Amino acid sequence: MPKIIYIEHNGKEHQIEMPIGFSIMEGAIKNSIPGIDADCGGSCACATCHVYVDEKFLNKIPKAQESEQDMIDFVQDANEFSRLSCQIIITNDLDGIVVRMPKKQS
Amino acid sequence: MTIKTDAVIIGAGPVGLFSVFELGILGLNAHVIDNLDKIGGQCIELYPDKPIYDIPGIPDCTGEDLIKNLTEQIKPFKPEFHLNQRVNELKKINKLWQVITSDNKIFETPNIIIAGGVGSFEPRKVDIKNAEKFEGKGFYYSVKDKFKFKDQVVAIFGGGDSALDWTLELSNIAKKVYLIHRRDDFKGAPHTLNKIKEIAKIGKVEIKTFYQLKGINGDKKLEDIEIQKNNDVIEILKIDSVIAFFGLKMELGPISNWGLNLEEKCILVNTKNFQTNEEGIFAIGDICTYPGKLKLILSGFHEGALAARECFTRARPNENFVFQYTTSSTQIHKRLGIK
Repeated sequence: MPKIIYIEHNGKEHQIEMPIGFSIMEGAIKNSIPGIDADCGGSCACATCHVYVDEKFLNKIPKAQESEQDMIDFVQDANEFSRLSCQIIITNDLDGIVVRMPKKQS
Repeated sequence: MTIKTDAVIIGAGPVGLFSVFELGILGLNAHVIDNLDKIGGQCIELYPDKPIYDIPGIPDCTGEDLIKNLTEQIKPFKPEFHLNQRVNELKKINKLWQVITSDNKIFETPNIIIAGGVGSFEPRKVDIKNAEKFEGKGFYYSVKDKFKFKDQVVAIFGGGDSALDWTLELSNIAKKVYLIHRRDDFKGAPHTLNKIKEIAKIGKVEIKTFYQLKGINGDKKLEDIEIQKNNDVIEILKIDSVIAFFGLKMELGPISNWGLNLEEKCILVNTKNFQTNEEGIFAIGDICTYPGKLKLILSGFHEGALAARECFTRARPNENFVFQYTTSSTQIHKRLGIK
């Protein structure tokens, strides 16, 4: 199973394994990792599962669709590494992916 | 004045609307309260144009279509809507509930059905120093009186319709409007953007793309803001007012203070009648939870039908509940206005 590494804003690291097909958001929620709220439950409608994806993995993820970009407009401190973790589906390619959480989900 | 009704429904999304129907065919009336300025909930606010494929019997419809059809379906029951307000307080008075909204409307009812989705929609606020200090005094999340901005220099943040519409509107009133957005791709209507670009040529509007808000400064009043393009140097903009349109956020809000048993921001209910731990308070749709709960519109419809039956026994304690089909019941036909 692919490994996922979540790093909280305070630097605390969480490493989990998650079967392919789930989203990075689901991995955090199922494992009670703080820093990802996911208010809308994964329908790309709230922007409370914002993460910064490690540069090395950014290209291995399909580009954000327009609906995701529209939601990222609403988050504070968005940058070129910003993604919504509910839209990142775990594949074997993403084994070892590192995502960092913002200070606060807006 | 207190409004007396058989049921108060909190939330005018698809599930709240359909529960009007389920109550209606049992002869119960309902008042519906919602914090948005229109009915439809998430279907209208978040995805009016997105197709939905899992409504039984409807192969394909948009959020907007679904709400239109539900509105048509419940018309015979003449539900009354109370929009732009949220329920702040619930009080138990004997066997009835008193419901008080942020608009100071008071309802008295044996039944409250909470169909609140993920909570009420509130503007997404900025978490930057001084944002709170100047909120309502230079820093705004909505426009209540456009003439407040007369002859001012205004910075509008956002890329959606609200940001574009108000940029256009205020360009006639304000001295200058900055439209500031994180990308150069605007989600709002292209024809509005084109008009804004025309006005920008004469200098009334300045469009600044790839900028984000970084700081808010001022002592007694808002004086300037710091904005940053990509990761370049911070620029200072002297402005009189800021209006930030960073979308809406769903918040459980006062619901968490009503003494209801919660689990992960959802209200625990039994699956017999979707009543909460408080008699006469029901929760249906995305906001309720129970073993096996699926957050689907179709589940909410089912939950509403069962809750309505219990509402009947509470609203009509001296009558027997008689189950009837809409296909054959003349009583239901009469209620639906079918001749």
